[in-house]
Amino acid sequence: MLKFPIYLDYSATTPVDPRVAEKMIPWLTEHFGNPASRSHAYGWEAEKAVEDAREEVAALVGADSREIVWTSGATESNNLAIKGAAQFYKGKGKHIITLKTEHKAVLDTVRELERQGFEATYLDVQENGLVDLDVLKTAIRPDTIVISVMMVNNEIGVVQPIAEIGELCREKGIVFHVDAAQATGKVAIDLNTLKVDLMSFSAHKTYGPKGIGALYVRRKPRVRLEAQMHGGGHERGLRSGTLATHQIVGMGEAFRIARVEMESEMERIRSLRDRLMDGFSDMEAVFVNGDIEHRVPHNLNISFAYVEGESLIMAIKDVAVSSGSACTSASLEPSYVLRALGRNDELAHSSIRFTIGRFTTVEEIDYTIDLLRKRIGKLRELSPLWEMVQEGIDLDTVQWAAH
Amino acid sequence: MFAPTYLDWNATSPLDPAVREAMLPWLDACFGNASSRHEYGRQARAAIDEARARVAAAVGAHATEVVFTSGGSEANNLFIKGAAACRKPGLIAVSAIEHPCVREPAKQLRRAGWTLHEIAVDAAGRIDAQDWSELLNARPAIVSVMLANNETGVLQAIDHLAPEAGRAGAWFHTDAVQALGKIAVDFRALGVHGMTLSAHKIGGPLGAGALIVDKRVELSPLVAGGGQERGLRSGTENVAAIVGFGVACEQAVARIDTEARRLAALRERLETSLVGLGARIFALDADRLPNTSFFAIEGIDGETLVAKLDRAGFACASGSACSSANPEPSHTLLAMGVEAGLARNAVRVSLGRDTRAEDIERFTAGFARQVNELRNLTAMTV
Repeated sequence: MLKFPIYLDYSATTPVDPRVAEKMIPWLTEHFGNPASRSHAYGWEAEKAVEDAREEVAALVGADSREIVWTSGATESNNLAIKGAAQFYKGKGKHIITLKTEHKAVLDTVRELERQGFEATYLDVQENGLVDLDVLKTAIRPDTIVISVMMVNNEIGVVQPIAEIGELCREKGIVFHVDAAQATGKVAIDLNTLKVDLMSFSAHKTYGPKGIGALYVRRKPRVRLEAQMHGGGHERGLRSGTLATHQIVGMGEAFRIARVEMESEMERIRSLRDRLMDGFSDMEAVFVNGDIEHRVPHNLNISFAYVEGESLIMAIKDVAVSSGSACTSASLEPSYVLRALGRNDELAHSSIRFTIGRFTTVEEIDYTIDLLRKRIGKLRELSPLWEMVQEGIDLDTVQWAAH
Repeated sequence: MFAPTYLDWNATSPLDPAVREAMLPWLDACFGNASSRHEYGRQARAAIDEARARVAAAVGAHATEVVFTSGGSEANNLFIKGAAACRKPGLIAVSAIEHPCVREPAKQLRRAGWTLHEIAVDAAGRIDAQDWSELLNARPAIVSVMLANNETGVLQAIDHLAPEAGRAGAWFHTDAVQALGKIAVDFRALGVHGMTLSAHKIGGPLGAGALIVDKRVELSPLVAGGGQERGLRSGTENVAAIVGFGVACEQAVARIDTEARRLAALRERLETSLVGLGARIFALDADRLPNTSFFAIEGIDGETLVAKLDRAGFACASGSACSSANPEPSHTLLAMGVEAGLARNAVRVSLGRDTRAEDIERFTAGFARQVNELRNLTAMTV
């Protein structure tokens, strides 16, 4: 039995895995202590649960648990990492490098630092969405202090060459921050080998609860940060505020499951993604956005030319997908990520991000293929542009009357 | 499992069963990202809107004045640093008994050129009248005074202080985290520009709080990104916790009158017994929250006593949870002029929804036993 709408928006958020919810609930009810309470057992048991979860998060990414700082989510982690490092190292320089295709949580943070007197370079990416290492090398200045590059793009799923960028940053003594919110449970991360100094994580993209995330802060060689949230001195002074035990327990369990099951799960999900892609492969004027090799297995971002984007979303209401990243989907602006790949506005508008997950079935994929093919056929029948293309007119040569 | 008697409700409170019921669907089938435009997302958005209306109604504010945060600490940081970022550096004043999440961000502002004044309190823990009038003459730009102290429970006359500070040109903020659900809290009647709330002190979950903020106050966000919460707090909303916060507000406010009376009566019984055992109750002369008692027994160390009480099955505290890793005596007591020796003896008992008369009886009997044991021990070593 299919349940509608079919959820294919796992990069926006994931359901909480029932095993995670089961672990969380006792910490919402009988074990309700404040982990900072040192004077009674309610506090101690909560503190232990928090530390066990910290070990699980560290284990997924090859870190030491002392390198994990809890935050309210990846957005806060990105803010803490980039502002915290820039403000701490501002005596060394004032230049920050990032990509035009980063998440808003990084881009807006860097923009805010520009208002505070820092300088920033927003690098273009190649047509496949990947950063060109030579371009990055040329952008580095003697006063570059922070480079922030996401591991996995939230819209097109491409995986950036983090290992190579890490080598470059370490060699030049630049703090390297990586937003890995979309990477955990999808690609292997080993911070023993990656020369990454700061890495942001989110629970709710990996079958954990919303409202909890973490920042990895390297101890060897040590990276220093200025705290952004002050108060009781929790998290060794890096992030004050009462820890939400049940959410932390949930993140720990979610990351534990990811560590144990990632390999087999990704194999299954990749085959579903490939089935979805194959389902559209014989259609005309369909383009996959972003590199298909260097890409997480669960993402398919695809443009259906000559179909108007909003009509398309309305026509496929049985499927819950995104036409850009969720955070910007309230705006009708075309995706800035797709624009950065060189897609024109029309093509960016007619793109859909399918992201597959733990609970996606073959039946759901087949239904989706069938629905999309039917509805796109219908919409194209109504499209005068499509008619012109069918008649062999090259639309780029058409002189449109101004109106 | 053996459950110790919980008498530390000012540190955190167990989840209200109605809150739990309201939250569970949002950890299960209702999992959408509130920024998504599809049905899953719209459902989450509607739940957040409903919670926002509930929180606003509980404190006499308008729903558009509610900014959800990850908790009280973040809301305090957001007002202090966010308001300061929008004004020319000047004078910021916070009371000497504020929670660290108000005092620390205020201290940080000194690096940006601000002058910090700590407003003195009198022996009863209330804002010192003379220091206050001198402060107003100095034209502060930002003032923050908590509505109820987390340790002593002392209430400040915010409805007088806020308008006075406003007339002197300041933006006035109050940390109402401990007051919410224990006494009536009305944003308009208090006349403040900003007010901090937290869910987990009132039977809601950890991980949700709010800043109630007058729209005339210009604020710069602490967390940049996707532009959630009118751009004042980016980050995917914690739907389950926000839903829980809304219901917790509704529940707590609905029972406030009966609970306040009931807890005040229990506390009176408690304090009568404590005084009989030779305890000194702090701020006894001030208006206090009905659930909080902060006291000390001469010659008996607070940490030691609290540890013994824990082993005897009573969970209470020697001060605020956040500073419980810190061996320094309570800064609230020191600000009230209590000498450090006695301040080190302090014990806080805070009552709540599930506290019954039997718990108080059991506690006072247990307390007497522990105190006598410690006194005998002291007598032997002398």
